[in-house]
Amino acid sequence: MIPASFEYYRPDNIAAALAVLEEHGDDARVIAGGHSLIPMMKLRMADVPHLIDLQDVKDLRGIKVAGGTVTIGAMVTQAELISSQDIAQAAPIMHEAALQIADPQVRYMGTVGGNIANGDPGNDLPGLMQCLDATLTVVGPNGERDIAAREFYEAAYMTAREDDEILTKVSFAATEGGYAYEKQKRKIGDYATAAASVLLTKEGSTVSTASIAMTNLSDVPVFSEEAGAALQGSSCDTDAVKAAVAAMLEDIEPNEDNRGPVEFKRHVAGVILSRAIERAWSRA
Amino acid sequence: MTKHHIKLKVNGTEHDVLAEPRELLIHTLREQLDLKGPHVGCETSHCGACTVDLDGKSVKACTMFTVQAAGTDITTIEGIGTPDAMHVLQEAFREHHGLQCGFCTPGMITRAYRLLQENPTPTEEDVRFGIAGNLCRCTGYQNIVKSVMAAASELNTAKEAAQ
Repeated sequence: MIPASFEYYRPDNIAAALAVLEEHGDDARVIAGGHSLIPMMKLRMADVPHLIDLQDVKDLRGIKVAGGTVTIGAMVTQAELISSQDIAQAAPIMHEAALQIADPQVRYMGTVGGNIANGDPGNDLPGLMQCLDATLTVVGPNGERDIAAREFYEAAYMTAREDDEILTKVSFAATEGGYAYEKQKRKIGDYATAAASVLLTKEGSTVSTASIAMTNLSDVPVFSEEAGAALQGSSCDTDAVKAAVAAMLEDIEPNEDNRGPVEFKRHVAGVILSRAIERAWSRA
Repeated sequence: MTKHHIKLKVNGTEHDVLAEPRELLIHTLREQLDLKGPHVGCETSHCGACTVDLDGKSVKACTMFTVQAAGTDITTIEGIGTPDAMHVLQEAFREHHGLQCGFCTPGMITRAYRLLQENPTPTEEDVRFGIAGNLCRCTGYQNIVKSVMAAASELNTAKEAAQ
């Protein structure tokens, strides 16, 4: 499969990348790892006359942990997340999630920014960004702006990022307490049938804070505030977990596809969230 | 569209190829450089038959444009071993029946090569997790995993003997 012809640009700085985007408008797109975009170009479902490769833009790289804040450049790969000691210590949930994205070859190429900005409901990091209450930074012709991850996703492949903007980094507070990223998939490399991100903190024997988000169970990642609230103040007993699952089920809207009918997905979502809460609690 | 001059180091040799931006790395390797080891399998980045080693990463060459690979150092199965001087992994695949039809084998061995560089003492689970991006439709993976484990053990024994 050969994609349609395109012009290739390889800027080494953000300003140069933005200049190409501004000049060619809708006809230009940035490419990060390319493992979502290139298959779409090969199928001719994406038409990209001007392709801007971001691999040489050094400002989009690097993982920093400072003052309790984790900052990750958009071009950091999933393999880099997995091998980062900083991530393992400051946000172990991200380490656990990255290990479950696609397969080894894809993780060497696939980036944090691509996974988040693509807006594919099947991607794992958007749900995780909801759970972490991350801030996404984009830059465009009018400068830089921050967007809350919980405000970023509008519909499948539609986000608050404008076409002439580039996602540059994500940042969030280093996590505390228990965590789990639990994913059900048909095979390695597949998108989730259902996945759950859970962060819990414990005070004595009760849950003091809980953050819960779900992946691939709606057109957008789902942050379930009610599910978290159902756990808060409880001892994370069976009834509390059931209440959290019930609250989560109110917030998701799965579609039937080749991963199963809606009822099945709702069932799997419940099982996956229960497991995620159990594991997070055991680590809290 | 303008063709680009692209410098690539492949199996230790410098090449300067001319390619349109839309040319995929797998086609440059197979058609311009006549390296038929990396295979065109699914063309959708699922099967891993096109896997090559690129700057120390296992990469699916069907999902990278050659222009993106400009300046990189690539190793294909041809650079890992030859029929006269097989790599330990290749010997192990032969010894342990790690292949049947053989279509997935170049990608499988190229991936296992990188996996053993990163983790010289993998568990069976590590091997299964590490080769999850390579599909085999014949063996059921059992003998592939055995082959990689045997190669790891062989390489470690050789390393200890050398010390």
